[in-house]
Amino acid sequence: MQIRLRYFASLRERLGLEMEDLMIVGGATVGSVRASLLERGGEWAALADVRRIRAAHNQQMCGEEVVLDDGDELAFLPPVTGG
Amino acid sequence: MSGQTKFSVSVQAADFEVGVELDRLRTAAEAAAANHEGNEGKAAASVGAIASFVGHVRSRAGDESIAALELEHYPGMTEKSLTDILARAAERWPLAGGRVIHRYGRLEAGAQIVLVAIASAHRGDAFAACEFVMDFLKTEAPFWKKEEGSSGARWVDARDSDQTAAARWQV
Repeated sequence: MQIRLRYFASLRERLGLEMEDLMIVGGATVGSVRASLLERGGEWAALADVRRIRAAHNQQMCGEEVVLDDGDELAFLPPVTGG
Repeated sequence: MSGQTKFSVSVQAADFEVGVELDRLRTAAEAAAANHEGNEGKAAASVGAIASFVGHVRSRAGDESIAALELEHYPGMTEKSLTDILARAAERWPLAGGRVIHRYGRLEAGAQIVLVAIASAHRGDAFAACEFVMDFLKTEAPFWKKEEGSSGARWVDARDSDQTAAARWQV
């Protein structure tokens, strides 16, 4: 299974990455994907704060327990500052 | 924009004209009410209030002067988020219509960023719903501001006061 990861704003700049595709195993969750990204070390430590860097699953805010499916889009979002 | 429904959302780079938008909202809200009630005279009278909020780019942040903002967003999710917030307002108050416009890209100091306009029968519901939509737009809609100040560009920090403002609606 493959999902698309997206990073925005300050997080995108810090990681130097806008999007990437990631192979996942069946049953992978938002939390397990986040944990695997944290293992990359360095700037990826930015993802450690679950309350600050929120996840959006298929363009909807979601919890860490959400199970991912083939073709899903998972985005990591810094605190929003619109309006 | 022809055929505008009574609740609509636009995320755009272009500027907007508040007067034109308020007229369109009123027309769409009255047309929807007329369809619903089958009585144009009565329907026209049913949109007695339009409350609106316009946000602009501030020219100062603390002691620093700000030349412009760069506004980033998450295309697709942004529109869904704003539509959802309007729908929640419409569940909570009896609204005749609503319009949200949010700009993205580079916006100079003084430029319009956001419009929230709410049509209702009476002012109380229109004022409340307008503030509700603005409070949740600030805490949920995926927009990010980067300020171009005299000491360089930096991402704007989220404010606790915005979370507090949204929390008081107790949803």
